[in-house]
Amino acid sequence: MTERPDGITPSQTVGPFFAYALTPEGYATPAIFSNDLATEDSVGERIRIEGYVIDGDGEPIVDAMVELWQPDGRGRFATASERANGAFSGFGRTQVDSNGFFAFATVKPGAVAGPDGARQAPHIAVTIFARGLLRQLVTRIYFADEAANAVDPILSLVPAERRATLIAERRERGAAPVYTFNIRLQGEGETVFFEA
Amino acid sequence: MTIAPASLAAHPPHLFPDYASTRKRAPAKPLVLIPATLTELSGPVYGHETVSGDEGDLTRQHAGEPLGERIIVTGRVLDEEGRPVPNTLLEIWQANAAGRYVHLRDQHPAPLDPNFTGAGRAVTDQDGRYRFTTVKPGAYPWRNHPNAWRPAHIHFSLFGPSFLSRLVTQMYFPGDPLFAFDPIFNAIPDARARERLVARFDLATTEPEWALGYQFDIVLRGRDATPIEEPHDD
Ligand SMILES: [Fe+2]
Repeated sequence: MTERPDGITPSQTVGPFFAYALTPEGYATPAIFSNDLATEDSVGERIRIEGYVIDGDGEPIVDAMVELWQPDGRGRFATASERANGAFSGFGRTQVDSNGFFAFATVKPGAVAGPDGARQAPHIAVTIFARGLLRQLVTRIYFADEAANAVDPILSLVPAERRATLIAERRERGAAPVYTFNIRLQGEGETVFFEA
Repeated sequence: MTIAPASLAAHPPHLFPDYASTRKRAPAKPLVLIPATLTELSGPVYGHETVSGDEGDLTRQHAGEPLGERIIVTGRVLDEEGRPVPNTLLEIWQANAAGRYVHLRDQHPAPLDPNFTGAGRAVTDQDGRYRFTTVKPGAYPWRNHPNAWRPAHIHFSLFGPSFLSRLVTQMYFPGDPLFAFDPIFNAIPDARARERLVARFDLATTEPEWALGYQFDIVLRGRDATPIEEPHDD
């Protein structure tokens, strides 16, 4: 027998002091997540995602946590059975450094199904937590070299003049190209954040 | 036209000026409402293989026992329909009994406890149940406004069945005199929703001669949606 709860549990800020539990590099707690998603058997082009988290004064935020959720290069999201075989987890987590900078090593995601039978352009879902965020913010990374952006059903819901905040530019550097994705929480060039 | 689910009204707004850090960090533009696609209806899969059984006991991570009031915090993780969410990861972190975090940037002049880190993990069982053993955290000051103190709390991070059910929150203790003065707690608009963050003291959970027991159920958004597997040619 299940009783319908009164409502969902409300969110509260992650606060400034999460690192020793959630991103415990340099602490005694063993880490279970990292910013390196690309394992040897992950399918897809190796890429890096790099950027800064910036506040309404244009200053870097030095105590934010960034998480990624994405499918592999063929557009497949991890399922419980695939994870058991060590397949691409699709999930990464990192803390920004003292300059507000974050970086992930991953694979470029493939296209996935969208609403009403449409395809979605390749994208990565991004979640941002920080002191001063009473609830996480959610955005998406799209890739500047993808023609499918022009017909993406989610991008088309974003006012045209704001879409550029969601599109990461590609730069060749070493073995893995870098896509730059800065996250501006407020003000000039404010990143588009989603509610689903 | 996409409409935000009514249940999301339980959350605090992004901008709550009494909590000063929201002023330069809350988006000024409205969120863009989108339908939940495969991206949002799927989610990271982390369960029993991620966490070893003893990570839920924060009192046994060092050579000695931490100082403070030993407590048990247990409860169920449920979805909005009241169904248990099994095999889902919980991560918690907290100050020690003196109100001091291990975090390198915590400058509160209260003692660190060499026998307490304050980080733990657990995974829910088939009934959605989890259990932690820890010590009751102390209240601590912060610089939000003159003489500002946070009510005692334990931070919780959960995943649940999909990207949409991801939740970071804080658990409080019943009857805390600091509730009325805390802008983080009071940013939640609805009093009943605030009450859902307050654990319930439970004598049945309390272990004689050992530890006080608290029950804290967590209700995550969304149903246990099984994402549609996409056909792929391998
Ligand atoms: Fe805290």
